[in-house]
Amino acid sequence: MNSVAVTTGIKTLDARAIRADFPIFEQLIHGKPLAFLDSAASSQKPRQMMEAMTDFYSTSYANVHRGVYVLAERATAALESSREKVRALLNAPDVREIIFVRNATEAINLVAYAWGMSNLGPGDVVVVSELEHHSNFVPWQYIAGRTGATLTMIPLTEEGELDLSALDGIATQGNIKVVATNQVSNSLGTINPVEKLVAWAHDQGAIFVCDAAQSAPHITVDVQALGADFVAISAHKMCGPSGVGVLWGRTELLLAMEPFLTGGHMINSVRLEKTTWGELPHKFEAGTAPMAEAVGFGAAIEYLTRVGFDAIEAHEHELAAYALGRLGEIPGITLYGPPAARRAGIVSFNIDGVHPHDVAQILDMQGVAIRAGHHCCQPLMQKLGVAATNRASFYLYTVQEEIDQLVDGLHTVHKVFA
Amino acid sequence: MNEFDQMYREVILDHYKNPRGHGVIESADAEAEGQNPLCGDEVSIYVAFGEDGETIDEVKFSGRGCAISQAATSMLTEMVQGRTATEVATLDKQALLDEIAIELSPVRLKCALLGLTTLKVALHKAKGTPLPDGLAGFDELELK
Repeated sequence: MNSVAVTTGIKTLDARAIRADFPIFEQLIHGKPLAFLDSAASSQKPRQMMEAMTDFYSTSYANVHRGVYVLAERATAALESSREKVRALLNAPDVREIIFVRNATEAINLVAYAWGMSNLGPGDVVVVSELEHHSNFVPWQYIAGRTGATLTMIPLTEEGELDLSALDGIATQGNIKVVATNQVSNSLGTINPVEKLVAWAHDQGAIFVCDAAQSAPHITVDVQALGADFVAISAHKMCGPSGVGVLWGRTELLLAMEPFLTGGHMINSVRLEKTTWGELPHKFEAGTAPMAEAVGFGAAIEYLTRVGFDAIEAHEHELAAYALGRLGEIPGITLYGPPAARRAGIVSFNIDGVHPHDVAQILDMQGVAIRAGHHCCQPLMQKLGVAATNRASFYLYTVQEEIDQLVDGLHTVHKVFA
Repeated sequence: MNEFDQMYREVILDHYKNPRGHGVIESADAEAEGQNPLCGDEVSIYVAFGEDGETIDEVKFSGRGCAISQAATSMLTEMVQGRTATEVATLDKQALLDEIAIELSPVRLKCALLGLTTLKVALHKAKGTPLPDGLAGFDELELK
């Protein structure tokens, strides 16, 4: 495997050298260099990750578990080695707590169904926030509806941060059973005070479910330090392939839960009268696993760990501060979300009189890829009083020139719509 | 600026900035609300028929969206004025696209056709005219 261009031991990274690991940048878009500013939707992929998947398919592929031949053993070892890499990434106490799923959405659905259907009922309250991605909103709204529980939301301050002063009022609304928020907002980049929310949830006797899909790519997520009960992540946002994510959960909770999906692999024994469930994590991994994807995820974790999450976080903070400063130059711009010091590498904005679709279209013609839309956060858009925003997001391979290209592009937007 | 001019032709920008038929018809004979689930854009269409109860006498729209969706709906209100419900229900989407006359990606095509789709749903609800056949991926459930 190639070495990653980074000075170890020092908390900086060389984005230009890292970029060379990402083949996607070796092309022109509409004749212009690609400024890819949509990593919050999904990240680009390093060669090392793709090679790990190709290598797995080329040399070690067979269905995992129970096979007694050498390929099945290799494939099983590769899958389980990735599980251990995820455990180490999250600092989970036990590798059996690492459950491979399709993505963070499926991870949250797993908890909402398998825990929620057995533990929620009338008089119970599920607390989410106005900042949630639909992935951490819709499953709870749906399961609350199915069980007769109430769904309530932690409101936002003007700066787009969670208003913790509302918690006392929420505590009086009923029996708080679940508190579910993200650690970093995919829409505004807000970094949420998860430790405080976990403490509050536990004071209420509730479980805390952390949607870490937008934080795990950028900061160290330590499940023991967070104190959460469940944590959901997606590989595709952190240099891994699409199609695999992980749910981490506390052993005692996972053991007490009914399965989510049933079928092959998740059983202990199947009889006509009764089926008994397998051990953790298999109880929650029905069907053939996303094996090559898990291997790719493992390689992505290795890649990111070598660069260093401290370096990635520092790099993105620098870019966010630079972007907020430069975007401030654009006439008629509204910037959403907290100051740079309290946000991840995500900047949402609107240009007065120009719809985000039109902004994104004109930027695309200049090689700049941003996201325009509701970012799967319609409750938040409602709160902001807009249908959509533009969103530029950064990652370890983002360079300042891409932000400059964005700013130049926005000046062109003004010319077209003048 | 040539490439931008091709996409955002003067006539598109004019319809966007000065939309024709913008507004609401109180107690309209036909109305529907359409949404583009991809971007959250919304358009509501209102139709008043003439004395024959068939010819479109007045058509108005309200809502919010991108230049393409708003301009296309504005152009549409001019196109359908004086036509019958049946004529409009069977109007080929290409007729509107010819009017817009810019190259549209699949995502932007949905923006451009949001108004026409919504109008056809409004006419269907009021007159039982045929629904648009899966126009640009919308179905009846997505159109209130």
